[in-house]
Amino acid sequence: MRKLLGIFLCLLMVVSAGCAPKQQDANTITIWHWMTDRHKAFEALAQKYEAQTGVKVKIELYAPSDAYTQKVIASAQAHVLPDIYGILDKKEVFASFIESGFVADLTDEFKKNDSEWENSLFAKALDVNRFSDGNIYKIKPGIYGVPLDVTNIQMLYNKKMLEKAGIKTPPKTFEEFLSDTQALKRIGLAGLVSGWGEQWMINCFASNYAFNIMGEQKVMATYKGEVPYTDPDWIKVFNIFATLAKEGALAEGVVTKPNKFAEQDFALERAAFAFNGSWCVNVYNDMNPDLAYGVMLPPAVSTAFPMKIWGGAGSSFVVNKDSSRKDKAIAFLKWLTADEQQQYLAQQTKNLPSNKKALSSIPQILSDFAAVMDQTTHPSIWEYNEDPWVAEKFAKGIQSIIIGEKTPEEVAKEVQTAKQQELEKAKSKTN
Amino acid sequence: MPAIRKNSFAARLVDNSKNYLFIIPAVTLFSIFYVYPFYEIFNLSLHQWNGISPHRTFVGFANFQELFSDKIWWQSMWHAGFITIIALTLQNALAFMLALACDRQIRLKKFYRVVFFIPPVLSEIVVGLIWQWILYAGMQSGEHIGLLNYLLVKTGWPQLVHNWLSDPKTALACIAVVHCWKGFGWGFIMLLAGLQTIDGQLYEAAKVDGAGSWNQFRHITIPMMVPVLLVVMILTVLGSMQVFILILSMVGQGLGYHTEVPVTRILDAMIGTNRFGYACAMSVTFGAILIGISAFFKILSNRMKQA
Repeated sequence: MRKLLGIFLCLLMVVSAGCAPKQQDANTITIWHWMTDRHKAFEALAQKYEAQTGVKVKIELYAPSDAYTQKVIASAQAHVLPDIYGILDKKEVFASFIESGFVADLTDEFKKNDSEWENSLFAKALDVNRFSDGNIYKIKPGIYGVPLDVTNIQMLYNKKMLEKAGIKTPPKTFEEFLSDTQALKRIGLAGLVSGWGEQWMINCFASNYAFNIMGEQKVMATYKGEVPYTDPDWIKVFNIFATLAKEGALAEGVVTKPNKFAEQDFALERAAFAFNGSWCVNVYNDMNPDLAYGVMLPPAVSTAFPMKIWGGAGSSFVVNKDSSRKDKAIAFLKWLTADEQQQYLAQQTKNLPSNKKALSSIPQILSDFAAVMDQTTHPSIWEYNEDPWVAEKFAKGIQSIIIGEKTPEEVAKEVQTAKQQELEKAKSKTN
Repeated sequence: MPAIRKNSFAARLVDNSKNYLFIIPAVTLFSIFYVYPFYEIFNLSLHQWNGISPHRTFVGFANFQELFSDKIWWQSMWHAGFITIIALTLQNALAFMLALACDRQIRLKKFYRVVFFIPPVLSEIVVGLIWQWILYAGMQSGEHIGLLNYLLVKTGWPQLVHNWLSDPKTALACIAVVHCWKGFGWGFIMLLAGLQTIDGQLYEAAKVDGAGSWNQFRHITIPMMVPVLLVVMILTVLGSMQVFILILSMVGQGLGYHTEVPVTRILDAMIGTNRFGYACAMSVTFGAILIGISAFFKILSNRMKQA
């Protein structure tokens, strides 16, 4: 009996020991990330940092990004987050991480020495990690993340394919774009490809046109619930997709394409236009180094308001507030965003650096992307964000328009119904 | 007398304690890895929570109430049901036919067994990507790139060329067929194992009595295979109702709600809209439905055994 009890207790101890958090060397910081294309460059920089400072940096890659997101959320719930990690989610989720004490406030570090660190980085990139006074998430104002690079999402065109169709300059207006896709169609070439099998890509494209048609104020008013989605301006936004589908301007199967496949289609010259982010420079270079392409703003449909594109911080890292190696983690991030390391990252990974000075060493196509940073905006810096459930209805509705199942008016009505339900729910919560 | 009784009670207690001690490790592990997570999921389903925040709001059965009136959820259930029906019929019929063929003395029997078991061991992501390419609708230099459309054109059926995965009428059927292709190997192996346990003397005796192939199949093979068939059916139902990786790799989040299944809805509520409580309510309901289906098959199996 005693023997049995002894065995059982031993087993219990072994299990308990296995469940206990791992003790880590005080001189080793751990980073979790999802960026497969940047992993080698990170590892090279980590080695360099160790040689310079003696601090070991363990870089752990978890891909794809969906799996990474799940890992971070699960680890947060279990309080086993690493020293440095990234939050790949909406600002609302970022705010929840801060509220729950998983993210360190870096404001003081950014403000040290007359804001030396803050001033070295693009303001647009920092804005994504910034919570301003009176933010709707009720987070203490400050900067909570470190941007590694900046990004923006624009349209790309294949120079050879456009030339083949007799198109001399990339389109500036939506009408020109439509007529160009007709010219491409006549010689059997597909027009626009994008990863519209991913909802956020649709929402991004649609919001560009919403800003162009009705301006930021009205878009925000819609999110607040003051303007309905059945408003004629929103119908115009939905109509853009109906027109693109009706005119055959979209590549086949665009609604079921994840962005990776869309990138492949453009890189392998199966479509003349793409809607993609600046990270594509690296992706296209890997898939087809000879691809001749240019970058352009989505062709405007109206002159009432400027075309706004999504952009700002590409990838950001945050520091775990509970980490015992917090200071070392911050020191590493400062080093990582310094001129030299940013130049190295830009050259190796062909992403736009977050450090202003590192911009001088980037390829031409990236400079073209960077040229319109002033026209960028991002849901993370908006005053209001649409409810995720309504955003899902919105994106799914657009997919239905593209496949010819629903009209813009029908979708507008459905999205507005969902919005109404969410507004009522929010109202009943506050009551 | 009372002392003896006491002694015997104490002895029994010690004896029973010993027995319980043996099962404690199993019970502990079962409680940690099954009972507690299930309790926690049910508990979460009664709350509103975004998955990260330390604050959870108790909402009672509000999540379930919302779920029962969520048309998209029930639509997704029907989609999973459709895939399951196709799998129960097409996949299992194919598996049974191939198992019957391989049970006979044919050449290259072992080779076929290996070949038929390749799809099940492939990753669902890989299978999805392969079939995505086969069913691809795009063109390059005037030629179809997708294998199916390319073959249709080359074999003189250009009128059948179709955008298979981006048409709501064909997308779900394509996914169901691919799911069958991926899954029939499991059924094949189990049914083949079942067929090999049938005593050959039964067939010999039936032959002597003048029974033909059809009668042997009807009166020996089918009745003897009922328990295995039921197990295969239960596993098919449980596997098909929970299909989702294949869907994500073939059509992503695309095509409106036409390719949504319960697991994609749960994932979306959890990761997409950060509604953990609602996602847990979905999981509990879905789990209850699957348990119900399994119980139905168990009752059916018992009745058939009695008959």
